[in-house]
Amino acid sequence: MTEGEPLIRWDWIAGHLDELAFRLGQHLELTFIAVGVGLVIAFGLSLLVLRSPRLEAPVTWITGTLYTIPSLALFALLVPITGLSVVTAEIGLVSYTLLILIRNIVRGIRGVPADVREAAVGMGYAPRQLLWRIEIPLALAVIIAGVRLATISTIGLVTVTALIGQGGFGFLILIGIQRFFSTELIAGAVLSVALAIGADALLVLLQRRLTPWARPA
Amino acid sequence: MPAARGATVEFRDVTKRYADQVAVDALSFTVPAGKICILVGPSGSGKTTSLKMVNRLIEPTSGAILIDGQDVLRDDPVLLRRRIGYVIQQVGLFPHQTIADNVATVPRLLGWPADRIAARVTELLALVGLDPERYARRYPAQLSGGERQRAGVARALAAEPPVMLMDEPFGAVDPIVRGRLQQELLRIQQAQGTTVLFVTHDVDEAIRLGDRVAIMRDGKLVQFAPPGELLAHPADEFVSRFVGAESGLKRLEVLTVGGADIDPSVGREKADTNAPLLAPAMTLRQALALMIQRDARLGVVLDGDRYLGVLTLAKIGNMIRTDA
Repeated sequence: MTEGEPLIRWDWIAGHLDELAFRLGQHLELTFIAVGVGLVIAFGLSLLVLRSPRLEAPVTWITGTLYTIPSLALFALLVPITGLSVVTAEIGLVSYTLLILIRNIVRGIRGVPADVREAAVGMGYAPRQLLWRIEIPLALAVIIAGVRLATISTIGLVTVTALIGQGGFGFLILIGIQRFFSTELIAGAVLSVALAIGADALLVLLQRRLTPWARPA
Repeated sequence: MPAARGATVEFRDVTKRYADQVAVDALSFTVPAGKICILVGPSGSGKTTSLKMVNRLIEPTSGAILIDGQDVLRDDPVLLRRRIGYVIQQVGLFPHQTIADNVATVPRLLGWPADRIAARVTELLALVGLDPERYARRYPAQLSGGERQRAGVARALAAEPPVMLMDEPFGAVDPIVRGRLQQELLRIQQAQGTTVLFVTHDVDEAIRLGDRVAIMRDGKLVQFAPPGELLAHPADEFVSRFVGAESGLKRLEVLTVGGADIDPSVGREKADTNAPLLAPAMTLRQALALMIQRDARLGVVLDGDRYLGVLTLAKIGNMIRTDA
């Protein structure tokens, strides 16, 4: 950091709004794709686990192992194969969402009360109708809780992908460190934290909206 | 809307065998259309298993169950269940749907038009004593236990099923509410003409509600009879112990003044001034209660305005002691 330089130079921020907007878009895009693709894969695997419980142990083991790989190491391993690309970033980001999402989808659907399920089957719900009209709606609160966790952790991990040429706000942090420029570094850090908090708040609102029955009268 | 017609339900040599035990053993009986049949017995007697074989939540090992002569095993189970009402003890209302949506469940599965569903929901909520204005848009969590059970009955009746299965439906509500729900079930069942199979472990409930009572023990049918006959002629030791020491008093609930030995030879003017007025449709229990209240030894039986005779305490006593 240069002597006499203030911690934050607001004029730099005012002059780089375009750059900040671009990084916001990139951060959101990487997060959306990761959570979206993660949700689709997790959903499929969850249905398999629910149908044949003996798959639960291997699925948990694989997604658990993926989760424990340090992110930097995972990206480093992928770069020789998929390059410094969005694909590399997303493979890592999606992998990290699976454990949380599968756990919550499976737990949510298993948590549907037995009497509700029995009544539904006893009145003539076909298996697919039972899943979409009864089990998933009732599991929604738990599923969205998983999506919140996955989203927050993904927003954090996106900053690491700056090292493979992506990064969203993480790119600002990386450049700020390289140039000893505190304004850019702090802007990147504060904005990524704010994005995580904002996304979480939006998901809470979404959950309240989608589960009106859980509200007190 | 015309009342739904009940269907005959016949169990023909139905057996359910699990690896290590026989849950239901060669069960045969027939419930006539529009009647209430109560399956009663201690836990593990096979009554719930028998009930669930009707809508194929459990598949029988052998035998046949016929609804209006059609074997349920030939039907697609999902389509079969949409034609059979089903009520369970925990009710199983869908927590994420309003009461109106819950009641509309089977009509929606059957693809009724929206206006017909709306009309039926309103009609049914009124039928079970839940004001549609107040309750239609509420969620199950906002209802009391008794109200939820009413909603469960409305939901089971929505598509006018010829048969309704009820698995200890009133087991989880307090005795006062239970008594009221039982009365209303009888009223509703008569209005709709539905055939009801009803599982309970409470023999008093069986006697109060049943047109027929099937007493089960260890998967076998011990006795199948109208409640009056069950109390008068228990098939064996087990039945007489099961219906209890007070079977004589219980019989008073199922016998009516009209069916009692009324003495027409005594003139009305001879009766005590404190003698209560009795109607032929009253149960003997109600008649007895009135006589005891008034400290009278007899009651005056009137059919509308017509004098039928007197019913004495001694005659009621005879009916408890001897067979009807």
